[in-house]
Amino acid sequence: MSLLSGKGLCVSRGQRPILKGVDIVLQPGEMLGLIGPNGAGKSTLLRILAGVMPADTGELSLDETAMAPIPQTERARRIAYLPQLSEIAWPMCVERIIELGRTPHLEPWQSVGDEDREIIGKVIRQTDLLALRDRSFNTLSGGEQARVLLARAMVTEPDILLADEPVSALDPAHQLDVMNLLRQHCETGHSVIVVLHDLSLAAHYCHRLQLLHQGMTLAEGSAEEVLNEKNLADAYEIELTKANGSALKPTSLPWRRLRKDE
Amino acid sequence: MITAMQQHRLILSLAAAILITALLSLIIGNQPLPLIKAVQESFNQQPGVYSLILTELRIPRTLVALLAGASLGLCGAVMQSLLRNPLASPGLVGSASGAALGAVVTLYFGIAGLFAYALPIGGMAGALLATLTVYLLAGREGGTLTLILAGVAVNAFALALVSLLLNLAPSPYAVQEIALWMLGSLANVSRNELWILLPGTLLGWLLVWRQGRPLDLLTLGEETAGSMGADLPNLRRRLFLAIALAVGSAISVTGAIGFIGLVVPHLLRPLVGYQPSRLLVPSAMGGALLLMLADMGVRLLPVQGEIKVGVVTSLIGAPFFLWLILHNRRRGV
Repeated sequence: MSLLSGKGLCVSRGQRPILKGVDIVLQPGEMLGLIGPNGAGKSTLLRILAGVMPADTGELSLDETAMAPIPQTERARRIAYLPQLSEIAWPMCVERIIELGRTPHLEPWQSVGDEDREIIGKVIRQTDLLALRDRSFNTLSGGEQARVLLARAMVTEPDILLADEPVSALDPAHQLDVMNLLRQHCETGHSVIVVLHDLSLAAHYCHRLQLLHQGMTLAEGSAEEVLNEKNLADAYEIELTKANGSALKPTSLPWRRLRKDE
Repeated sequence: MITAMQQHRLILSLAAAILITALLSLIIGNQPLPLIKAVQESFNQQPGVYSLILTELRIPRTLVALLAGASLGLCGAVMQSLLRNPLASPGLVGSASGAALGAVVTLYFGIAGLFAYALPIGGMAGALLATLTVYLLAGREGGTLTLILAGVAVNAFALALVSLLLNLAPSPYAVQEIALWMLGSLANVSRNELWILLPGTLLGWLLVWRQGRPLDLLTLGEETAGSMGADLPNLRRRLFLAIALAVGSAISVTGAIGFIGLVVPHLLRPLVGYQPSRLLVPSAMGGALLLMLADMGVRLLPVQGEIKVGVVTSLIGAPFFLWLILHNRRRGV
């Protein structure tokens, strides 16, 4: 049984088609990597799944029931969306911004309670933001801001986390941390769809990859199946580097995270 | 981080300041009013001149300043949060210029003289009409920028129509009447004006009730706010109507009073940790305080006649605003 699925999703902006009939399925506990060159339609697909942009045609379903009649607040509790670019309008402090992630669980008159505080504290530790919690958002570096926004999405404790390039502004150590966090999110029965440009990270961390090219799905399956020579050439116009005559594995990462307390 | 405690302290301080200012505003004027005597008199069978000044002039004037100022402060905070733009003023969606146009129409065609409520009713109709126009042009689906541009266009058009009426005015007296009204004043406020102001103001405030949460979410951007459950089309409709009602009523009664809605939220924002929901109440209180102070100021100025309060708020507001921006920039905020 699929948790989230989209069928035949089409969307155009003006005359230009962006998605030309894409199918996507997300299983419970799965981490799906959405990859593809610039302009392939990855972000658009994610926005449609998040419900912030309507598809021209196609069907969305959550738990195998149609998405449309599900109230906005319930959808917000179950699906969290982390856009690629986020501009924070006011220089609020980090903890207040993360707190906003609990909003879908609060009634309009309710304020953040003890249980919410516990979740917020846990996520702040996980995202390595303890030292920054009182800082104002606009004084943070790009990578720190990205972690704050991820934390904001994580405190919602959504069944499905849709993250659009969450690691692109991060240094290698924090890239690995974020990917590990997303994996952890899946291990507790939740699911993640993550848009990635780093194919090694995608191959290493995701259970399954879906490769988009020119608004269509070019390939879908395990990293080995998707990242073959032909697909890489067709979609990205690249090939795997060869060392000593044999191609490097795309799934192998050149480094791993040192534990700080080690 | 701003705690709930600090927030309460801010609100309490503002409340105390409002109370003191309101009392002073009853006493201060052309003639200082012996307040205790006036209160005693009003309990007598035959009220004297002091009690008449108190109940017919000073109390309505003070309350109108309080309500109109609060609306301007509140709607300034709402507008800035809704548009995610610190330069937005409550009049941006057309409420202020629409109200001015509506009021001037009644003055020009002489309807204002026909019955007491004609001018403010014209003003409110103008405010609603102008806001509706902006909403229909850009408010339903358009982005923030479209909204701002539509607001600017509608404001310019409404003010052009005001100029046209001034241009065509039949006599210098009519021109003077219109021009003076436009400057913004609380000098001729009586109980009637208070009753006219009250319903639209309260209804507008009521519409803002509990909209702090979605305004907080808007901090994260429109898409993210939508994905977190904020019903943005509904929020926009609701707040547009709130601003049209509250600011429209205020401007219809007082004439154009500038800069309060712009400056007050700016001034208070750092004190509430920049969070939109926490800015609403302090901003309303700050607006009330500022307009009462300004109105008291014009009564104390030793000039012939009375300087209009709208002139004073802009005269002080504009340089202060500039200073504030430069000051904040130096601090890197």
